[in-house]
Amino acid sequence: MSPFGGFDMPIQYSGIVDEHQAVRRACGVFDVSHMGEVLITGPDAERYVNHIFTNNVVGMPTGKILYGMMCYEGGGVVDDLLVYKMDDQRFFLVINAANIDKDWAWIQEQAKGYQVQLEHQSEQYGELAIQGPQAEQVMEEVLGITCAELTFYTFKQIGDMIVSRTGYTGEDGFEIYASPLCINEYWDQLMASGRCKPCGLGCRDTLRFEVGLPLYGDELSEHITPLMAGLGIFVKLDKDEFIGKEALTKQKAEGVARKIIGIELADKAIPRHGYAVLNMEGEAIGEVTTGYHTISTDKSVCMALIDAAYAKLDTDVQIQIRKKVFPGKVVKKQFYNKNYKK
Amino acid sequence: MARVIEGLYYSESHEYVRVEGNYGFIGITDYAQNALGNVVYVDMPDVDDDIEAGEEFGAVESVKAASDLYAPVSGTVVEVNEALEDAPELINQDAFENWIIKVELSDKGELDNLMDAAAYAQFCEK
Repeated sequence: MSPFGGFDMPIQYSGIVDEHQAVRRACGVFDVSHMGEVLITGPDAERYVNHIFTNNVVGMPTGKILYGMMCYEGGGVVDDLLVYKMDDQRFFLVINAANIDKDWAWIQEQAKGYQVQLEHQSEQYGELAIQGPQAEQVMEEVLGITCAELTFYTFKQIGDMIVSRTGYTGEDGFEIYASPLCINEYWDQLMASGRCKPCGLGCRDTLRFEVGLPLYGDELSEHITPLMAGLGIFVKLDKDEFIGKEALTKQKAEGVARKIIGIELADKAIPRHGYAVLNMEGEAIGEVTTGYHTISTDKSVCMALIDAAYAKLDTDVQIQIRKKVFPGKVVKKQFYNKNYKK
Repeated sequence: MARVIEGLYYSESHEYVRVEGNYGFIGITDYAQNALGNVVYVDMPDVDDDIEAGEEFGAVESVKAASDLYAPVSGTVVEVNEALEDAPELINQDAFENWIIKVELSDKGELDNLMDAAAYAQFCEK
C-alpha cells in the first residue's frame, strides 16, 4: 500500500503484468475512490463551466461527458478532468485526487460574479472503474447494471449512482460513482464473482501510458500546456472566452517551443521519469515524462518533453540511463491502439 | 519466510555472492526478486570493469522501478550473464541460479563483512 491523495492505495494485487493483461484481455476492476468530485449547479452553471474549462460544454447534450483541462491565465494546467452534463444547470466534474485541494480552491475563486452553487462531493462518492473487453458483461451479469445503451463518453444516473462508459486504460469500460457503502458492496460482489481481477495503481499507469493518455504531473502541469502535450483537440480556441484562451491562442499561433512526443529505444533499458533526452551531439534537449518497457508490445518506450525542433517523427535522439546513453527514435506517443467501443 | 541458500554470502542491499575459488558469482536474492516483481531489464557492467564493495555496478528494472545493484565485494568483472539480456525474467524464476556477474575477487577478506544465510534470513524478517 502506498499513500496517495490521502488514501492508502494498492500499487498491485496479483502483479502489474498480470493485472495489465487482465484489463487488455478480459476484465479488471480498480477502486479509484480517491478521485475528486465537484458539482456545479445554478442558472450560470453552463457559462461558468465554460469559463474554467478548455473544452466546450455549450450545446452539449445531457448525459454526455467531455474531457478537457482547467488552465491558468498563462495556459499552464490546473488539472485535467471530466465534465458530466446532468442537465442545463447541473455539471459534475471529476478531478485528480492529488489536485483536489488546489482545484477546489481554484473553482471557488473563479466563481465570483457567477450565479452558481459549488459543492465538493468527494467524500460522498466512492468510485470503481471496471475495464476491459468483458466489462459490459461483467457489469450486467455480476452487478445487474445494463450498459448496452451507453455509448463512449456518455453516462446514466440510477438513483444517486452515476454510471459512465469511460476509463483510463484504452479499453472499453465503465466507471461507477456511488456512496462508499455501495462501492464496497459492488467491490465484494465483483471479487466474489471471479469474473475480474482486482487492479492497482501500478497497472493503471502502464495501461494509460501504452495508449498515450497523459497523467497530470507527468505530461500535463502548471508548466506543460495542453498544446505542448499534443491535446489541442480538447482546447476550443473558438469559444468566446475561457481562462487561458489568450495565452493558448498565442502559443498556437507561434508554435510550441517544447512538445510531448514518444521515443522508442532500440535497447531494452527503460527510460524513467526525469531522465535526460539528448540530441546526437549529446546536448540535453528535454526529459522523459513517463517510460516503461511496455507489457503489451514488449518495447522500451517513453513519453518525453523535448525541444520542438527535434519532435518530428523518426528523429534520432538519445536517452541517458544511469551511466550509459541509449539511441532511440521519435515515434507516435500512442504505443498500443485503443480498443474503445464507440 | 524468504528462501535462502546455505553457503552464500549476503548483503543488506539484497545481493548475494557465491564463491568458487577466487571468483564470486553475484546476483540478487530471492527476497529481492520477489519484492521487485516482474524483472524486465538488467543493466550489467562490461567485462573487465572494476567494481568496488558498496558501490553501484548496475541495476535491475521491474515494470515499476529501477533498483540499483550494489557490489557486495570488490573485484574485476570476468563474465556477465548474457542469458539475462534476452530473458531477464530468469531472475524471477530462480534468482540464486541466475547470477548477474562473475568477478575475480580482489580481497576475499571482504566476505567477512557479509551475512551468512541464517543472519540474512533474520535480516529479511525485520
